[in-house]
Amino acid sequence: MKPTNVFDPNYFHKVVDCQWACPAHTPVPEYIRLIAQQRYTEAYMLNWDSNVFPGILGRTCDRPCEPACRRVRTEEKPVAICRLKRVAADHKGDITPYLPRVPTRKNGKRVALLGAGPASLAVARDLLPLGYEVHVFDKDPGAGGMMRTQIPAFRLPIEVLEEEVDLIMDMGVQGHFNYTIDSMRDMLDQGFDAYFIGTGAPRGRDLPNLPGRVESGAHISIGIDWLSSVAFGHTTSISGKVIVMGGGNTAMDCCRTSMRLGAEEVTVVVRSGFDVMKASEWEKEDTIGEGIPIVNNRPPIKFVHENGKLKGVLFQCIEQVADENGRLESVPTGEPDVFMEADHVLMAIGQENHCPWIERDIGIEFDQWDCPILNEETLQSTNPKVFFGGDSAFGPENIIWASAHAHRAAISMHLFCQGEDLLSARPPEGVNLISQKMGMHEWAYDSAHDPAQRFIVPKADQKVALSNIKVEVELGFDEELGLKEAQRCLNCDVQTVFTENLCIECDACVDICPMDCITFTDNGEESDLRGRLTAPASNLEQDLYVSDELKTGRVMVKDEDVCVHCGLCAERCPTNAWDMQKSIFHIPQLGSSST
Amino acid sequence: MSFISKPVVHHPQLGHNDLGLTRRDYEGPISTLCAGCGHDSVSAAIVQACAELSIPPHRFAKVSGIGCSSKTPSYFLGNSHGLNSVHGRMPSVTTGANLANRSLHCIGISGDGDTASIGLGQFAHIVRRRVNMLYIVDNNGTYGLTKGQFSATNDKGSTNKKGLPNLHEPIDLVSMALQIGATFVARSFSGDKRQLVPLIRAGLLHEGFAFIDVVSPCVAFNNHAGSTKSYEYVRGHRDDVVMADFVPTHEEITADYAPGEREDVLMPDGSTLRLRKLEETYDPRDRTKALNYVHDKTLQGEVVTGLLYIDPDASDCHAMLNTVAEPLNSLGEAELCPGSEALDAINASFR
Repeated sequence: MKPTNVFDPNYFHKVVDCQWACPAHTPVPEYIRLIAQQRYTEAYMLNWDSNVFPGILGRTCDRPCEPACRRVRTEEKPVAICRLKRVAADHKGDITPYLPRVPTRKNGKRVALLGAGPASLAVARDLLPLGYEVHVFDKDPGAGGMMRTQIPAFRLPIEVLEEEVDLIMDMGVQGHFNYTIDSMRDMLDQGFDAYFIGTGAPRGRDLPNLPGRVESGAHISIGIDWLSSVAFGHTTSISGKVIVMGGGNTAMDCCRTSMRLGAEEVTVVVRSGFDVMKASEWEKEDTIGEGIPIVNNRPPIKFVHENGKLKGVLFQCIEQVADENGRLESVPTGEPDVFMEADHVLMAIGQENHCPWIERDIGIEFDQWDCPILNEETLQSTNPKVFFGGDSAFGPENIIWASAHAHRAAISMHLFCQGEDLLSARPPEGVNLISQKMGMHEWAYDSAHDPAQRFIVPKADQKVALSNIKVEVELGFDEELGLKEAQRCLNCDVQTVFTENLCIECDACVDICPMDCITFTDNGEESDLRGRLTAPASNLEQDLYVSDELKTGRVMVKDEDVCVHCGLCAERCPTNAWDMQKSIFHIPQLGSSST
Repeated sequence: MSFISKPVVHHPQLGHNDLGLTRRDYEGPISTLCAGCGHDSVSAAIVQACAELSIPPHRFAKVSGIGCSSKTPSYFLGNSHGLNSVHGRMPSVTTGANLANRSLHCIGISGDGDTASIGLGQFAHIVRRRVNMLYIVDNNGTYGLTKGQFSATNDKGSTNKKGLPNLHEPIDLVSMALQIGATFVARSFSGDKRQLVPLIRAGLLHEGFAFIDVVSPCVAFNNHAGSTKSYEYVRGHRDDVVMADFVPTHEEITADYAPGEREDVLMPDGSTLRLRKLEETYDPRDRTKALNYVHDKTLQGEVVTGLLYIDPDASDCHAMLNTVAEPLNSLGEAELCPGSEALDAINASFR
């Protein structure tokens, strides 16, 4: 194998599994270290910089970082990254001195952001410090988009939402609320310099052809629309027996909301098996924990109704069987169909992006699935003035993806407004490596490995929580638990950096490494090398760090897979050929507090 | 020294031995020796070898004298018996341990000072007595603990850190052991576990006195350009004569070698020691030739490594002394104190 180029920004970035997995590339280990030092404000701002909504995400994020966490590979349970983010938000001090300053003299360019959800707000935050005049348009009376309308208050208290949304609005966004956009042509006629479409995926899927759907329509609601009407106080109760159809997070929110609004009995019915449900593991756990049954492998056949009143739903019984290729296929079990009584059905079976208000003759092209055709890097549509982000770009994702898109789109819009090339003028990615050595055996980070198990987030008393939709279920880590959980972080951003010409091949690092990551051996092809290391490197998703040829003709090979970054290789190295160096990645972004 | 302890977490695919233990169960606390010390690699090799043998850690007794080398038993086999004894007196203490409890596997760790200077007499006599033990010398040619004076194994003409040459003839422990009748003699290098680990395994199973001289560089005082015991010098001047591979009892011998290339030696526990000759003319069963070979190569500045001599039919001091077959602590009062009549009988036999 060729020697690894550690100055390629992507090499060590991949080692920081959480940061690599985060769409917005939040520097997770760095903010967890700040939490461990009780520097909550700085930890919060580091988050705010990259993901824009730390308080909101600390409660609602889909957490792509957690399954990626190295602890999963070394000791099963990941660090509670998401809930530590919340710790930073809950305990932060005054952040105003750290906020980017917005110039009073504008740069003369006006941008329109359509939809006031997370994507648009994040674009606004990135562009405002550069002097742009930012206009936001939304059909709802306030900003926040799906964060306000689709996430129930028992998961995301309104104060937390408003604090972070208002922070951006108060930077000087000109809001146009209760503003129904019915024509993109009209918007374009308003003459903004650039447009960002962040209108999300606002249409909940329906089953219009299922027998009885029309006749019992009065008792059937689309999940996200119903949640939205709860959020705005239009719906305050639901009675009788409720069936929630669907297996995603919206379904979990619908059933838990129903419980709180007075439903007599709530059941979730899912077409597929439990393990393949789209809902996050912890959402499913919380649902079951509140005593709501989840019935799996039951696709609906028809709505049963009498005199215009819904009686229930008839379901088929299936099982999922793996075919020759290992793909799951639904096969009827042959059991008799099951009838379940219901007074109300909530359908949470998926969402679509839907832009009927964009005329198809104004230069914005759509593909066969009705998604806009975009440049994936710049998020520019086929109309050069128009950019997309969030769910409206590539279909339903989540808030953290909206933030990530927004950073990219903001750079593009800025370059576009300044007349520069969107690709060649983009700021490059980069990496800095800074030695953490402070003395013979002292490091600027807490290198000792903490074998503690993941700490459990305390919850509100269930009786109280179920009686009021505004009572937040999770209480969050208190300071003490937060500090303990923070110690579990392995500091994967403090990298083991190897310098060939210093190595005397004494084997000290090989002997001390608790995870058997390091091998000195003859070079070879990757597949061959992986098989003959001290411990076989079977995780192909994790890179091998290979040195240049050493004096004996061998090479140093380190399997990055399960390194716990304890720094003992560097401590036991007599020549400093190993050093622990903090990697700081420069992910291109506008208007952050650090630029 | 490192102030943090070695994390208890280990590689998820770390193998278990026949006892269900991992290699990590044979470790001790983290070393306090200088970073990069060859002795730590020897400790790691012992850990690996003992784990591979599937002997419970508490069936080992580790004994040492004084010096950097003699500190190392603290850093391996944390759950075994051990005694850090008096300077140069490790052989006597080990002899006592072995006589009292012959069921223990004795590992004696010593250094070039502890063995070739203050302990030279003890060394010579434990070889003669054939105590059933593995005697390892961590040989770095220098007194590291007192800041780098030449030790008795330092080669003549080799320099110290400041460039001054050594004026004295070296003591070659391997030659000495061969001369006085050791039945298992090997030399190895701390930087080559592929060679060292099988040698330790074989030495532990050898019935009788097994001696391994391990060149183990001192990074602090004897790893410079003028040293003949530095990592670089040993790597550049090694002459590997016989590789000893270990084939456990339950594994079938399948590899096919050309005749004359290999020789299988049956070990007392039923496992096989496979000797692969890297030097065609070398015969690890011929004591005299081995002595001459080592001597010739030493004159050429080469460091001969590998299993230099083995007598597979060797016996130990218990056999010579015709002692009881069981460890003394397993004997009952009747056996240990047979009474005055038995004493009278013994006394009578001398009259």
